[in-house]
Amino acid sequence: MASSPPRPSESAVPPAPTAERALELGLTGDEYSLICERLEREPNELELAMFSLMWSEHCSYKHSRKLLGRLPTEGPRVLMGPGENAGAVDVGEGLAVAFKVESHNHPSAVEPFQGAATGVGGILRDVFAVGARPIAVLDSLRFGEPTSARSRFLLDRAVAGIGHYGNSIGVPTVGGELYFESPYEQNCLVNAMCLGLAHHQDLIRSAAAGPGNLVVLLGASTGRDGIGGASVLASAELDEADQAKRPSVQIGDPFEEKRLLECCLELLDAELLVSLQDLGAAGLTSSSSEMASKGGLGIDLDVGRVPLREADMEPFEIMVSESQERMLCVVAPERMAEVLSVCARWEVRATGIGEVTGSGRLRVLEEERVIGDLPVEALVDDCPLYDLDPVAPTAPIYSPPPPTLHSGEAEESLLALVGSPNLASRRPIFEQYDCLVGSRTLRRPAQCDAAVLALPTGAAIAVSIDGNGRRVACDPYAGAMEAVFECAANLACAGAEPLGLTNCLNFGNPEKPHIAWQLERAVSGLADACEALGVPVVGGNVSLYNEGTEGPIYPTPIVGMVGELPDPLRAGRLAFARAGDAIALVGPFRASLAGSELAKLRGEPLAERLPEIRTEGRRRALAAVRAAVRAGTVHSAHDVAEGGVAVALAECCLAGGLGATVALPEAEDPPAALFGEAPGCAFVVSGPREALDALSATTPVTALGEVGGDRLEVSAGSARLSVELTRLHEAWEAGLGRYLG
Amino acid sequence: MRVGVVRFPGSCDEVDAQLAAGRVGEAELLWHADRSLHDVDAVIVPGGFSYGDYLRAGAIARFSPVMESVISFAREGGPVLGICNGFQVLCEARLLPGALLGNVSMRFLCRQVAVEVVNAGTPFTRACAPGDRLSVPVKHFTGRFHAPAPELDRLEAAGQVVLRYAAGHNPNGSERDVAGVSNPEGNVLGLMPHPEHAVDPLTGSSDGLKLFASLRDHVDGLVPAPAL
Repeated sequence: MASSPPRPSESAVPPAPTAERALELGLTGDEYSLICERLEREPNELELAMFSLMWSEHCSYKHSRKLLGRLPTEGPRVLMGPGENAGAVDVGEGLAVAFKVESHNHPSAVEPFQGAATGVGGILRDVFAVGARPIAVLDSLRFGEPTSARSRFLLDRAVAGIGHYGNSIGVPTVGGELYFESPYEQNCLVNAMCLGLAHHQDLIRSAAAGPGNLVVLLGASTGRDGIGGASVLASAELDEADQAKRPSVQIGDPFEEKRLLECCLELLDAELLVSLQDLGAAGLTSSSSEMASKGGLGIDLDVGRVPLREADMEPFEIMVSESQERMLCVVAPERMAEVLSVCARWEVRATGIGEVTGSGRLRVLEEERVIGDLPVEALVDDCPLYDLDPVAPTAPIYSPPPPTLHSGEAEESLLALVGSPNLASRRPIFEQYDCLVGSRTLRRPAQCDAAVLALPTGAAIAVSIDGNGRRVACDPYAGAMEAVFECAANLACAGAEPLGLTNCLNFGNPEKPHIAWQLERAVSGLADACEALGVPVVGGNVSLYNEGTEGPIYPTPIVGMVGELPDPLRAGRLAFARAGDAIALVGPFRASLAGSELAKLRGEPLAERLPEIRTEGRRRALAAVRAAVRAGTVHSAHDVAEGGVAVALAECCLAGGLGATVALPEAEDPPAALFGEAPGCAFVVSGPREALDALSATTPVTALGEVGGDRLEVSAGSARLSVELTRLHEAWEAGLGRYLG
Repeated sequence: MRVGVVRFPGSCDEVDAQLAAGRVGEAELLWHADRSLHDVDAVIVPGGFSYGDYLRAGAIARFSPVMESVISFAREGGPVLGICNGFQVLCEARLLPGALLGNVSMRFLCRQVAVEVVNAGTPFTRACAPGDRLSVPVKHFTGRFHAPAPELDRLEAAGQVVLRYAAGHNPNGSERDVAGVSNPEGNVLGLMPHPEHAVDPLTGSSDGLKLFASLRDHVDGLVPAPAL
């Protein structure tokens, strides 16, 4: 990609278009030739700006689209699959849940508060663009180690930005995940997921329809913020001149979006819109061309009618601005007066800026003059798709993490793990988010492995978001599979069966063979895990070029999964609930320290592979735990993830304020038995002994011990640990809080 | 009982308040631009970020058309409950004493807290007993109650401190652990905790329902029983 993207101030007066200018905007020479060939002439400045965005990685998925075809996307419950603003699944009684995850990594690395805030704003718009009322947000965050001042700053501001937007707009942030690893030091990750609720018949698509219908811009005025965001920020590596890119970051206004949201939902409710699309990356250019493309039609837009924040904006700036809180809709002319009246009530600006045509062309007009005229197909579909050139790396890509744990003693290892930034209590983060607004939240953060939300049908949905970049870095195929299984395991602990999945693929520069290899292997892993579980992928997002001068991020596929549970009264909990309950390890667990948190704390180099994943055994374990939670026969369920069985036990104790006495059977290698990991295949479950024994009909069950007392006591062969809950609690609560000032 | 819940642009918890009040009576939304209160028996000014709250929490909402009527309604003795942003709006409207400042942590905070009923004699707490402990969530950035010390003395003496955070539960640095205050007449109450988010054991607690039940008892008590 271009190493010196234009600074917005320079690009305000574009030079005469040349192949060289195309290179500056991030296109290749061949792509520029192809554009000229398709147009049978050279594009003018405006047209070139539009092509450079639509053919950017961010908008065209040119390095990932071929791979994404491997993901299974069909299922009996899928109502809308990939390609719409958000995917949607059927949740019964005529209701649908729409959801999607999206990244806002580069803006957040440059300006974390606004970057994260507008990431939330963008994903909310994706969901209400399909006609669904947003009911929950989750976020997935990655930063460098919190010992670095930059990482602490990014964490503090990104969390504040997410809270600012979500809290102000009245959508609860119900879950998320957060990890610290040095490869994210320069290029942090901020992924946001949103879920919305709609009646089937109210789901709306973005395809333009009906030549002669009006194209109406709703919401905020258009300014110079975010010019070139998709190409300048999202489709190039970060470099040391990051700060100069701050003008490319959009500014969020949750109050504007709140009115826009309520207004759009009322317009849809009154059936006043033909189609609706949000304005995200590449602004008017992408929203109008995608609407036209999906409808097989054309659109004429008059930039002279777009309400502006600054009077002297150039047409190309208007067409590519990424000003937030805007939507584009198609309205039949006879309904326009009603549309304007609803918009007036919500104090939302609504301006007819063009019309749907049968021409198949996106024409940009300024008053009467045509200043850009492009075939929609060329913009949307003709960007060349590239085959990756994957080559497995021959030498390690990432250096070993610095060692922070020097003792081999079990008790110290446990305290170090529960107090480590990756495993410590997330309370200092999630308490900054309103998790309650909407009156649907049945399981808040830290009560269950998944958030649980009530549905108006009387049933409930559970949702979780997961990913483990370090494990994917060890073994992209197995690591990506684990992310899917772990997410499904979280849902099983709530008693929920997966309905659909969304993913965000955060990777480095795919033009580099070893990154291409990571991407290719990880997508194969995702695809195979989804096939094994029968979970369709209904949408997602790809974020590439996540690299700084120090190298690429860990390959980080993030998986968000939505499932259903019939009886909200029996939604699962992770806390040990009753003294005297039996504790069992459920599932085909084969602990390994490869890629584990303990290996990280010890400063070991990344493992070169992870243990092979046997999907059938995992699938059975998930089904057994889900059934037991749904039947109400067990009192708690928690998946064994980072930090292994010992940390899972500690988390159940801390959540319930109850101790436990446990003996682990596999004890040839005590550290592995205590702290070894195999995400998404085993659970710590408590309840009456008979109920736990009954699970062994379909999945391995190992009796571990009993709930009770005020200490966690674990023996594993020669190793033994006994820690007071108060000490565990201190370490757990301080682990992250100490970095947040 | 018919309760009206004000909806400003930027209100977030108005539907939650409507659902909660709807458990004990009828509840409807009142549009901010409409001066009519539609003959409701009680008004709730809900949580959220009215008009974006970019200037100062509640500072703009206080001037909205509906608030003119809410102020008259309150002055005539009508029961008015302000929750979170609604509390801020009622303070800005001078219907309640004191002011709400940024949390001492300078962060937004969402947490379940224990609140103690100090004065069980108001229209909003009459179903409680003094000393009752309610589990109710808070979620706010600007929730630190402040008044000068002599004013706090006077409020306490007059029974206007209706709710207090239980020991160790003050989430925001409010002076004297004040969680909710009333006007001298007791018909206007503002509180930072969200009783509307504590009306169902499924979502964590039903203790907040006592406030809505109190309001119903008060309103229904005002209406003379039909002669037999």
